Amino acid sequence: MARRILIDPVTRIEGHAKISIYLDDEGNVSDAQFHVVEFRGFEKFCEGRPFTELPSITPRICGICPVSHLLASAKAGDAIMAVAIPPAADKLRRLMNLGQIVQSHALSFFHLSAPDFLLGWDTPPPRRNVLGLIAANPDLARAGIRLRQFGQEIIEVLGGKKIHPAWAVPGGVRSPLTEDGRAKIRAWLPEAGATARTALDLFKQVLKKHGRETQIFGNFPSLFLGLVGPDGEWEHHGGKLRFTDSSGSIIADQLEARSFKDFIGEAVLAASYLKAPYYKPLGYPDGMYRVGPLARLNVCSHIGTPKADAELKAFKKLGRGAVTSSFLYHYARLIEIIACVERVEVLLDDPDLLSEDLRADAGINQLEGVGVSEAPRGTLFHHYQVDRNGVIRKMNLIIATGQNNLAMNQTVAQIARHYVRGNDIPEAMLNRVEHGIRCYDPCLSCSTHAAGQMPLHVRLVAPDGTVVREVTRS
Amino acid sequence: MAAKTLTIDGKEVSAAEGATILEAASDAGITLPTLCHLEGVYDVGACRMCLVEIAGTPKLLPACTTQVSEGMNVTTTSERLQQYRKMILELLFAERNHVCAVCVANGHCELQTLAYRQGMDHVRYDYCFPKWDVDITHPLYGMDHNRCILCTRCVRVCWHIEGAGTKNVAGRGAKAQIITDLFQPWGESDTCTNCGKCVMSCPTGALFYRGATVGEMERDRSKLEFIVTAREKKQWIP
Ligand code: SF4
Ligand code: FES
Repeated sequence: MARRILIDPVTRIEGHAKISIYLDDEGNVSDAQFHVVEFRGFEKFCEGRPFTELPSITPRICGICPVSHLLASAKAGDAIMAVAIPPAADKLRRLMNLGQIVQSHALSFFHLSAPDFLLGWDTPPPRRNVLGLIAANPDLARAGIRLRQFGQEIIEVLGGKKIHPAWAVPGGVRSPLTEDGRAKIRAWLPEAGATARTALDLFKQVLKKHGRETQIFGNFPSLFLGLVGPDGEWEHHGGKLRFTDSSGSIIADQLEARSFKDFIGEAVLAASYLKAPYYKPLGYPDGMYRVGPLARLNVCSHIGTPKADAELKAFKKLGRGAVTSSFLYHYARLIEIIACVERVEVLLDDPDLLSEDLRADAGINQLEGVGVSEAPRGTLFHHYQVDRNGVIRKMNLIIATGQNNLAMNQTVAQIARHYVRGNDIPEAMLNRVEHGIRCYDPCLSCSTHAAGQMPLHVRLVAPDGTVVREVTRS
Repeated sequence: MAAKTLTIDGKEVSAAEGATILEAASDAGITLPTLCHLEGVYDVGACRMCLVEIAGTPKLLPACTTQVSEGMNVTTTSERLQQYRKMILELLFAERNHVCAVCVANGHCELQTLAYRQGMDHVRYDYCFPKWDVDITHPLYGMDHNRCILCTRCVRVCWHIEGAGTKNVAGRGAKAQIITDLFQPWGESDTCTNCGKCVMSCPTGALFYRGATVGEMERDRSKLEFIVTAREKKQWIP
């Protein structure tokens, strides 16, 4: 009898989701779907607001990566004003984004993901979390927490608060870096660099024992999307878009964000509020692509700083062409932390950062604007349409987790296929499916603009809708 | 002009005939919470924040529009007044869409400041969530009706300081709203002189400089008083 296994919700991801695993009559996994069932509708209630307010409203979508929305929104605003922002403002925005990536990646790795592979997959959930990690390896856990603080400190020094700084605005930023702030950030660098290094070395050790995970946690061909610089270097805020395929070939390059509609389509899935974007020329679902740390390292040719570049080289050897296992998102995240720390160091020496020329002023010169920035979880698009006074008429956000939607479904199916046999729901599978999702560090409040949490429960549902079996895990 | 003697919060105070309780209190160093009151323009008693108790009168009366009288005994702070003031603030918050966290006036808003000061920690009434527009048709200024508390300061400065008479009130009750001219978009107003006095007068984030982002609206109200003093007393004291 065909049945459905429902994991509801997945814990330790930001937001709320549940998973259905569809089995065929033989009891084999036929398909899987990761549902996002909450809806907050930011896109709707921003209609009618002046576009200048959106950099302060849209970051409220998420408490984890508000800076990403802030920056993408400010960039969309720059486009509506049709201005090139002062160079200092661009550098300061970059500095903040680097801080954001570090803090979010540190949270993902140390708080959310490491407990699984450091404490053991089948450790009971009450102990398989950051508190368990603190008990088992206090130094590592503390260093991880401090690494996150470093990222947050950059955000705070620039924006005045850790969460929701209303600092980037259409046309630039509101305040410069101070001498004091610069010294504060600089003082962190050695420790941040060292922690990133320790974590990376540790992960490489872990990886040796996780050949199976690397093989089955989302290892499949797909396209990859990310920003790259003019020479194909790693980008996080400027640059243009590049798609590569799983052989590592560039299939589209230096694409302008403003024409994203030409190459990104958005499928709406019936069972989820998460939209599923795909690469238009290949259609849905063949145009499935991944974004985020793994994708950014796949699409770039180099990073541009020595330590990160050395790591990138070793990393690229893990794939033939592209690195295709989503388990290696963790690896990519750690390399990106190293890259960010190095870039912060270089940026801090730039005298422009203390400049007072920070904000371009202009009216409404274009009725449409697209802002794109690399959020920690992947490429983030803000697309606004305004009337001639600058009031938002239509808004569309394309979020990292949404773009990884199709890949997450495949990842779940792939893992389930290895663990589900017959009528059983092995605990081992639940733990691993959850982690498969966690590889993407999905931020569900962003991608559906949703929030909420419920106890985890798994249901076996027959095709006629009757619940065959139910397991609740609290 | 005859002076009147009265008691405010147990303090003997003397005030000129025709002075309001608010003026007398402020001369005596007693501050009352106010919202619609604005130095330089006449009072209308719209917000009721300044309500006081007067011995012998069961009604609470607004200090800003009640004149002093001989032997008056005024109480400006009491449990009952506190309750009413809090209630008024809660009603103001419930009536329109005040979202401080993303408001241009965050941190510089008189409504927000009063709410903090009066200890308003929640709103007991259902929010109305009305649908109001933002008018940013004017090249320099914007008006967000969501944040308007209908204090009419802007109307009064427009009529009585600038003399243009652009700002007006239309509608009744919950539908009342500030309009420009005969309900035109602000940018199409024939009478607006672009002086910006209304923006300076607004206690909330309802009127703002175009392009202002969160917390950026700080207002310089001293200019309004400066003009009034200059006009009435022929003294130009910046
Ligand atoms: S716009 Fe401002 S000044 Fe005018 S009535 Fe509303 S709150 Fe008062
Ligand atoms: S200040 Fe007296 S009623 Fe508003």
